[in-house]
Amino acid sequence: MSDPTNEYTDWEEFEDGTLTEEEVELADDRWADAEIEDSARSIDETGDEKRNVVAELMRERAAKAQSRADDDTVDKMIGIVDGEAPVGIDDGIDLAAGAGAGKLQLVTRQTQIKEFVLASVFFLCAIVAVLGVALIFAFVAYKAFPIFTEVGFGNFITGTEWSGTEGKFGIVPFIVGSFVVTLGALAIGAPLAVMTAVFLSELASKKIRSFVRPAVELLAGIPSVVYGFFGVVVIAPIVSRLFGGVGFGPLTAWIILSIMIVPTIATLTEDALDSIPMGIREASFAMGANQWQTIYKVVLPAAKLGIIDAVILGMGRAIGETMAVLMVVGNAPQLFAGITRPISTLTSQIVLDMGYATGTQRTALFGMAAILFIISMSLVLTVRLLSRFGQEMSG
Amino acid sequence: MEKNQKVGPSSYSEPLVDNPALVTFFIRHLNFWYGDFNALTDVSLDVRKHAITAFIGPSGCGKSTFLRCLNRMNDLIAGTKVEGTVLFDQADIYGQGVDPVDLRRRVGMIFQQPNPFPQSIYDNVAYGPRLQGIKNKAELDAIVEKSLDKANLWKEVKDILNKNGLALSGGQQQRLCIARVLAVQPEVILMDEPCSAIDPTSVQKIEDLMHEIQDQVTIIIVTHNMQQAARVSDYTSFFLQEVAGEPAILVESGPTSDIFTNPIDQRTEDYITGRFG
Repeated sequence: MSDPTNEYTDWEEFEDGTLTEEEVELADDRWADAEIEDSARSIDETGDEKRNVVAELMRERAAKAQSRADDDTVDKMIGIVDGEAPVGIDDGIDLAAGAGAGKLQLVTRQTQIKEFVLASVFFLCAIVAVLGVALIFAFVAYKAFPIFTEVGFGNFITGTEWSGTEGKFGIVPFIVGSFVVTLGALAIGAPLAVMTAVFLSELASKKIRSFVRPAVELLAGIPSVVYGFFGVVVIAPIVSRLFGGVGFGPLTAWIILSIMIVPTIATLTEDALDSIPMGIREASFAMGANQWQTIYKVVLPAAKLGIIDAVILGMGRAIGETMAVLMVVGNAPQLFAGITRPISTLTSQIVLDMGYATGTQRTALFGMAAILFIISMSLVLTVRLLSRFGQEMSG
Repeated sequence: MEKNQKVGPSSYSEPLVDNPALVTFFIRHLNFWYGDFNALTDVSLDVRKHAITAFIGPSGCGKSTFLRCLNRMNDLIAGTKVEGTVLFDQADIYGQGVDPVDLRRRVGMIFQQPNPFPQSIYDNVAYGPRLQGIKNKAELDAIVEKSLDKANLWKEVKDILNKNGLALSGGQQQRLCIARVLAVQPEVILMDEPCSAIDPTSVQKIEDLMHEIQDQVTIIIVTHNMQQAARVSDYTSFFLQEVAGEPAILVESGPTSDIFTNPIDQRTEDYITGRFG
């Protein structure tokens, strides 16, 4: 393929780096000359002709190199190669190496030190995050340890009754509560957020995008206590009127939390969608697919991993959210029994009791924190493993 | 060597086809704008059915833009505008209410960069048929095999149909894209420099398959590579943007042998002989 506009690539491919840049240029010129002459001739021979041009260049280079170099050494080396003088492939090494000794600059001590220091600084920054996770977990586990011996690990995580005054420390209601609140919020919030992202990335005109996107991002900047107020003042009365009950319970928490996780999921999903090459969208359109088919069958599957990551982060936000949940969830340490019946979550219960709890109850709160830590870590790991597994299956 | 230098926008070395049944695309006075920039002006051309037509010309001469006018891919770029007439099979593709989605199913396209979907080889090829509502596994299997076979790729991938299309080499990916297009049985395939990013073996295979499918589809290929145009095409059109910032024109079109051995326009001759571009 001797496309004149692509000669550089061609030559490089052809000789795989044997030619220097100048020689590639030279080859190009000669080739272009040859091509003008030969344009009428059959194109099939071009491969051979190219080879000849290259061979000629190589011969010229060898000749030049010889005249440049120290005659003595070159003579000896040629002798070795020709098998006249010392035999054996390694015999020329000293000689060959000697010829260039001292001509290359050595790495200075200063450079080495500078690079080492830089690498260390970056390493330390990275290690802070890892150490942070490890230290926090160690601290929480250390403070929580007594509860596992006093109440017993089994009783603690399988007990369904929680009463500080009666000395009952079963945290099942809170674990269930956290799961109910998180999964419900995800079920509402994730589709909402992913559809928002699809709208922003695939459908919206520039103008609409320019005010929808900042609005979505602003949601992330609203303090959670403000969300809580909104839930208490606006959502709870509506829920109470429509579904009965006091208005404080899982349903209200789902509505508030799902809005809170939209910006996290939507922003990251939009990034994932934007990183899908335009080419595969064009390919889909050029096949006679319409916009919806392109989005559902090509773009979303291609962005699957990015979207899963986005949902994981949204889940992390939801399961760890404390203040807004505390304000709307009802805070009754009882098992989930309906979408309007007050419950409590691990986080909200910790905050509620932290102010006054002492002794075993205080230790129990640390125990809950440790369990929360483990739950959210394992959720993240599970989803990651599942998505990797899914990826391997499909690829 | 001043011969037949024409000043008009386009000159033709053969009369335009006047039997409409032989014409796939009938294009008259096409103008194209990217925003305020008039990229193409007054392009008139007849594209013959079941022939291979090559568009050649230096970079930025509007040949890809023109190609994308033919299946309305430019609609996807905001701020573009088309004027003039483009008839596909005697129907105006820019006519009121025409569905570009249906047009694109009949006029398939291959791009410069191979762009398989990040899905299995099988799913890539089955994409189009599934869009058309074919669900029967045996039927899909048959279409997939036939399309991959036509694209000269079946032998290489028949045991790895479940592998991701992106795991193939660039040349194989391009042939996969061709198989994907063939699976919807288009009447025309537009190829936008299909061979400029792939290995020579695959180029050979693609050129072979172009000849093999020529009796079933009309092929229009944009290429930078004049030898390729000479090797594969029956008809050639030469596009040129003479002054940067000015619109490009269609300088000359005609049977490939005429364009390459006996061009009418001096500019065509200069380009063919490598004097610029």
